[in-house]
Amino acid sequence: MARPVRFNIHPIQADIKDNISMVNAPEGHTGEGFFATQLSSVVGLARKNSLWPLPFATSCCGIEFMSVMASHYDLARFGAERLAFSPRQCDLLMVMGTIAKKMGPILKQVYLQMAEPRWVMAVGACASSGGIFDTYSVLQGIDQVVPVDVYVPGCPPRPEAIIDGFIRIQELVGNESVRRRNSDEYKALLHGYGIQ
Amino acid sequence: MGLTNETIKERLVAKFGEQLSHFEEPYGLLTFEAPKELNLKVMQFLFDDAELQFRFLTDLTAVHYPDQKGRELAVVYHLHNLVDNVRLRFKVFTTIEEPDIFTATQLYSAANWMERETYDFFGINFVGHPNLKRILNVDEMEYFPMRKEFPLEDQTRIDKDDAMFGRGTLPESAKG
Repeated sequence: MARPVRFNIHPIQADIKDNISMVNAPEGHTGEGFFATQLSSVVGLARKNSLWPLPFATSCCGIEFMSVMASHYDLARFGAERLAFSPRQCDLLMVMGTIAKKMGPILKQVYLQMAEPRWVMAVGACASSGGIFDTYSVLQGIDQVVPVDVYVPGCPPRPEAIIDGFIRIQELVGNESVRRRNSDEYKALLHGYGIQ
Repeated sequence: MGLTNETIKERLVAKFGEQLSHFEEPYGLLTFEAPKELNLKVMQFLFDDAELQFRFLTDLTAVHYPDQKGRELAVVYHLHNLVDNVRLRFKVFTTIEEPDIFTATQLYSAANWMERETYDFFGINFVGHPNLKRILNVDEMEYFPMRKEFPLEDQTRIDKDDAMFGRGTLPESAKG
């Protein structure tokens, strides 16, 4: 005889009316037919809710990412609907998986081909620090070749953790100043990585 | 009755005599050793013979024995007879100062990349190989990682040290 069902025996009917979340408008001064606010807040709001990721999925974390993009842990509801594998068209480079030392220059090439503004998310222990593979052939963290914005630890991280990392990227994007990419600090950061 | 290990051994000894040595059968797999100058002759004989027909090279790899002076590096060939489903293994030993072995690429095309991998990790120079360069590691690497004197861990890390891997002593702050 099959085991009796233990879960979901009283399923909750999904109610669409209570489950819609709206993005709040930034603070500003409203009047008859105009709305004055900071440019960076509007630009940040637009960018963060439509980030186009480039999934640089190399190993097991890539499988977790596949489940994040699937229907259960849907990443598309955060705006990441359009994934592309062309760096020319993407904002966010998600590096998921072990990067070998031979792959390092290739990852840097992909990063260089992205247009500003660009962000990098290191998903998983291997991308953050080499993970359990402390060996002669594995790059001990992608921050040795590209500047990273958010690190998501885990081996592999739960899909919820990857979504949490994505939300933090969204916070970074929403609060970024429009002049950041031209500032001296940013130029010094890129110079440290050998990128002009 | 089929091809048995005794038959193969008899044919090999009849052809090569005392030059082949160390015949053993771990887990039923006939294993023997040949001098390194004869490796191609042995493989050619096993390939051409109508009864033996070892026409498939399953694996080509190497082992480093740092304690056996004069015989530090062993190249191991695994051959397979597809018709009778019989496998055998044979090894050739060489010194670490002059690790030159004749290449098997003329006989088996599969040996091409396998010998490149063996060169990449052990430093064995395959004489006559068409394209002997590193295949899996970074091209600029100066050492041969699978030799026993090189540690597994990446040497550029500054936050992990020998004590963490059981080599050497812990710093004072970590004791107790």
